[in-house]
Amino acid sequence: MSGYASGLIAIMGINVIFAYGIYLTAAAGQLNLGGAGFQAIGAYAAAILSIELGFGIGMTIVFATLFGGLVGFLIAFPMLRTRGVYMVLATFAFAQVVVGIILNSDTLGGSMGMIMTDYVEYQVILGAALAVIVFVFYLMSTPIGLAMRAVHDDEAVADLMGVNKRAIQIGAFTLGGALAGLSGALYAFYFGFVEVQYFNALLSIFVLLYVLIGGTQTAWGPLIGTAFFTLIPEALRIGEDWRFLIFGVLIVLMMIVRPEGIITRDLLDRLWLRLSPGGRKNA
Amino acid sequence: MLVIQQVINGILLGGIYVGVAVAFTLTIGILNFLNFTIPALFMLAGMIGWSMSFYGLPFGLSGPMGWLPSLGIGIICAILASLLVERFTYRYMKAKHGDATEHAIPLVSSLGFLLIFEYIILISYGSEGRGFHTPLADLNLRVAGLVISIPQVLSLVVSLVIVAGLSLLLSRTKLGRALRATAENPDAAVLMGVEVNRIVPIVFVLTGLFCGLAGALFAVNYGEVSPFMGEQVGTKAIAGMVIGGLGSVWGAIAGGLIVGLTETLSIYFFGATSSQITVWALLLALLLFRPQGLFGHNAIGKGKF
Repeated sequence: MSGYASGLIAIMGINVIFAYGIYLTAAAGQLNLGGAGFQAIGAYAAAILSIELGFGIGMTIVFATLFGGLVGFLIAFPMLRTRGVYMVLATFAFAQVVVGIILNSDTLGGSMGMIMTDYVEYQVILGAALAVIVFVFYLMSTPIGLAMRAVHDDEAVADLMGVNKRAIQIGAFTLGGALAGLSGALYAFYFGFVEVQYFNALLSIFVLLYVLIGGTQTAWGPLIGTAFFTLIPEALRIGEDWRFLIFGVLIVLMMIVRPEGIITRDLLDRLWLRLSPGGRKNA
Repeated sequence: MLVIQQVINGILLGGIYVGVAVAFTLTIGILNFLNFTIPALFMLAGMIGWSMSFYGLPFGLSGPMGWLPSLGIGIICAILASLLVERFTYRYMKAKHGDATEHAIPLVSSLGFLLIFEYIILISYGSEGRGFHTPLADLNLRVAGLVISIPQVLSLVVSLVIVAGLSLLLSRTKLGRALRATAENPDAAVLMGVEVNRIVPIVFVLTGLFCGLAGALFAVNYGEVSPFMGEQVGTKAIAGMVIGGLGSVWGAIAGGLIVGLTETLSIYFFGATSSQITVWALLLALLLFRPQGLFGHNAIGKGKF
């Protein structure tokens, strides 16, 4: 496989895992605009574990993921005090604080970043991404997934119907933090270095856009959203600046014609009916 | 003495944040819309101002212009861009989907516009910072060993005048009453005879005006503009808005000044990169323990101004 294709698969894989991390909170009705902070935590945890503490690659990735989950769990309690726009701002501020702490810490390399000594091939990332996709699809098909959907659609009614709203929201933050941490660890190992400048506000914005443009109603959303915005610019083969300009135009157009995202439950139902031989003709 | 100098610098820096913070607080207060194009509008005024003073109007319609008309055109462009945002984001948010991420629709759309404006400028003028020289730039006032920069005083004064003017507009005029009614309850406002569809573009014109003025003042103050100038100032202004209280016009002044002070003092005491932690930790703490801000009210869209 060419270096170009394997590089594309690796970036796509990292972004898909990252997007699922943000998706899990969004699927439970919480907007997380602090994605870069969670990913940075995973990446720097991996760097410290691998370089300073001499952990193997496998153990490093596992512990970085767990650490991301732990931070997600702990941060969920203060974050869930806020709602709506306030939560968007609070998660955004959280990511800025994380970046600020890294920037001011000599142990974490400050603005110089850290250079990794170990390396993973793109196959590892592909494997991890597939595992995450299967896991999230499975999760969304369980009663937990149904409860998340209920909280997403109407918090108050879900609460009245006996869904443990708080547990679902905290769980979503925990799992989301873990997945974002995993994507950060894979990023660190694949690119061979971590630098704080990468984890900027724009990254948080982009990953949230992948999820919202893909659609938060089903587990297909983040996958399609990430693929859409990673592969289409590649297919168009245009300069970096034009790429973002077109990205912006697509976002504005999407919000006008299809604000609920590319993939909706309704769309999937209709596709499914059309594909199944015994399906009703007009659903 | 040095500390007093830092306090002065902080307050003057805060003057720039105030203009942008007022723009944020106005859209969120009246329309309940976190408008992420605001940093881009701020940048547009500065960069187009620079372009006018360097190239002049496009298609050879004029030669390079003086700094004042250049910035004037920059501000007008910011207002026009803001109206474009209204046309394509706010007008479509009427669609109801009835789920928790619904309020994200205009927000996402405005992020799209943020990218569009930023990259149009990047493609047109490149990514490097550009010098913008005005005769005001080197004027300093020296009082008892303290250096006070005249353009910074000017921007603080302009920002305060803007806020005072806006506050008067909101409390004394018919338009202001219509704006407050829309903020309180858009549906009820329509029933009371307020033409909400006409009111909303006015909010966006004001947003463009405030951001444009702040961008022009930034260019005069720092003598440099760049396609990325909106990101730093814009995010700090968001912090200022939240600290002052979402939707509170006078709070935006206090918030902007507090952010400016926090920034310069933490740089003075803890070093250059420390302001990233102090400003955002302050914001985070405030969001968690006093989400209504120092001067705002708890519920968005209720009892503001």
